[in-house]
Amino acid sequence: MKTITNYIRSLFLFELLKGLSITGGYFFSRKFTLQYPEQKAPVSPRFRGLHALRRYPNGEERCIACKLCEAVCPALAITIEAEPREDGSRRTTRYDIDLFKCIYCGFCEESCPVDSIVETRIYEYHFENRGEQIMTKQMLLDIGDKYEEQLADDRAAQANVR
Amino acid sequence: MAEIRNYTLNFGPQHPAAHGVLRLVLEMDGEVIERADPHIGLLHRGTEKLAESKPYNQSIGYMDRLDYVSMMCNEHGYVRAIEKLLGIAAPPRAQYIRTMFDEITRILNHLMWLGTHALDVGAMTVFLYCFREREDLMDCYEAVSGTRMHATYYRPGGVYRDLPDQMPRYEQSQFGSAAEARRRNASREGSLLDFIEEFIDRFPGLVDEYETLLTDNRIWKQRTVGIGVVTPERARQLGFTGPMLRGSGVAWDLRKKQTYAAYDQVEFDIPIGTNGDCYDRYLVRVEEFRQSARIVKQCVQWLRENPGPVMIDDHKIAPPMRAAMKDDMEALIHHFKLFTEGYCPPPGEVYAAVEAPKGEFGCYIVSDGANKPYRLKVRAPGFPHMAAMDEMARGHMLADAVAIIGTMDIVFGEIDR
Repeated sequence: MKTITNYIRSLFLFELLKGLSITGGYFFSRKFTLQYPEQKAPVSPRFRGLHALRRYPNGEERCIACKLCEAVCPALAITIEAEPREDGSRRTTRYDIDLFKCIYCGFCEESCPVDSIVETRIYEYHFENRGEQIMTKQMLLDIGDKYEEQLADDRAAQANVR
Repeated sequence: MAEIRNYTLNFGPQHPAAHGVLRLVLEMDGEVIERADPHIGLLHRGTEKLAESKPYNQSIGYMDRLDYVSMMCNEHGYVRAIEKLLGIAAPPRAQYIRTMFDEITRILNHLMWLGTHALDVGAMTVFLYCFREREDLMDCYEAVSGTRMHATYYRPGGVYRDLPDQMPRYEQSQFGSAAEARRRNASREGSLLDFIEEFIDRFPGLVDEYETLLTDNRIWKQRTVGIGVVTPERARQLGFTGPMLRGSGVAWDLRKKQTYAAYDQVEFDIPIGTNGDCYDRYLVRVEEFRQSARIVKQCVQWLRENPGPVMIDDHKIAPPMRAAMKDDMEALIHHFKLFTEGYCPPPGEVYAAVEAPKGEFGCYIVSDGANKPYRLKVRAPGFPHMAAMDEMARGHMLADAVAIIGTMDIVFGEIDR
């Protein structure tokens, strides 16, 4: 009996039709896809994207050139040079991140004792010419200034777990 | 009489079914494979050598990039070796988080495997469905670690951060109405655990769909049944692990046999095959989907009920909390010391392995007492599988080579390292 039913099932392409009914069902159901770039997938507050350097609310840059991020960076992507400023405080004169070397592990942010270097939610960026992958101190500070509100909110949301 | 010579065929490294950068030199007798010679090394990045020049923790991120479809399992293998060297154990909550994410990784990996294997063999649809589910799991990755793939989440002594209380949500846009955003956010109202639970409840039904598309499908069966048969004896001799070994009928699983993390606390079964062909290995992996879902479900329940620390309280190994670091001198010193020098485990050698989705992923570390490993050896599960390519492919047709590569679940990141 089983042989006969199997034969009939096989003859009428039963399993193929069953598969087709699934794809057919999805053809008429609501689509899962997003219309990127108009629609975007949600981004976690822990997201590790493009880097930024933050400032204190009074406009003073946070970075004190302790070079902990430079030491911890597994890919050696960070280069820092430091000198005392006119007022005697220790500041960086050069803070470069090579985005080609960076592996976005987040260790720089983890190590920073003053929450200066952070990784933002930005994941869409591009370079047009050779050499543009080096993020200089000014570029990093500009990103930090632009997104300060969100950066501060994201850090505050994570304060109890890190 | 003219001399008949075998035809030598280059398969890859740019062949889409070569799963990355496999170059296979095939000696063909007509359409039958006489000899298959895999050439590897095109993705060699020197991870083992790199690890010798950095403090232990800094190599965690490189472990993600070995087998880049089962990221957290690789981290787990490495982190476990360090923990063994240091003689520490992560707190129970961290163990459960690791178990849960190992299983999520297993589902991620098997989804990728199923999609690409089916695509290689000629079924396009499954690939799209698998990637739809991967999207949800990658959102879990992102919510917990901040990246969708290369998590760098496990640390010696625990995991970096506890699970988040909120999932990121969709926003209204010109293409998506508020109603659509609300519909998409339905499963994101609660915490990460709620999101995972919703997915895990839904997932077995989706596995049924893949099975409807493939398991009985005559084309799928014609392409996989009786292809690449490995006997249990041969599978053992060749050093197979994971689903490749279980597909041949050997019930060997490190999660049961040399239990680690919280695997001894959860209930699950080890599926095994009988014939040791591509079809049996497919069935084994599909059953592993269901078993992984079972484990994740148990972990979610445990994690809900048992809050606690996720990192050991030893600031010689794990950095202190940021709040403590900012107003406690001693914590600040620990913080600086850890991020510059790291920690120095005692001299000695350890081997620790985990059951990665592809098989046994192990790390062998030799320490000379410095803050970086003297030598790191990675035991990648894909390597012995790849080495058996010749034996499995011999006598099969050219098109079967694709099915055999697919069934081995080859990822070149870990084979070439």
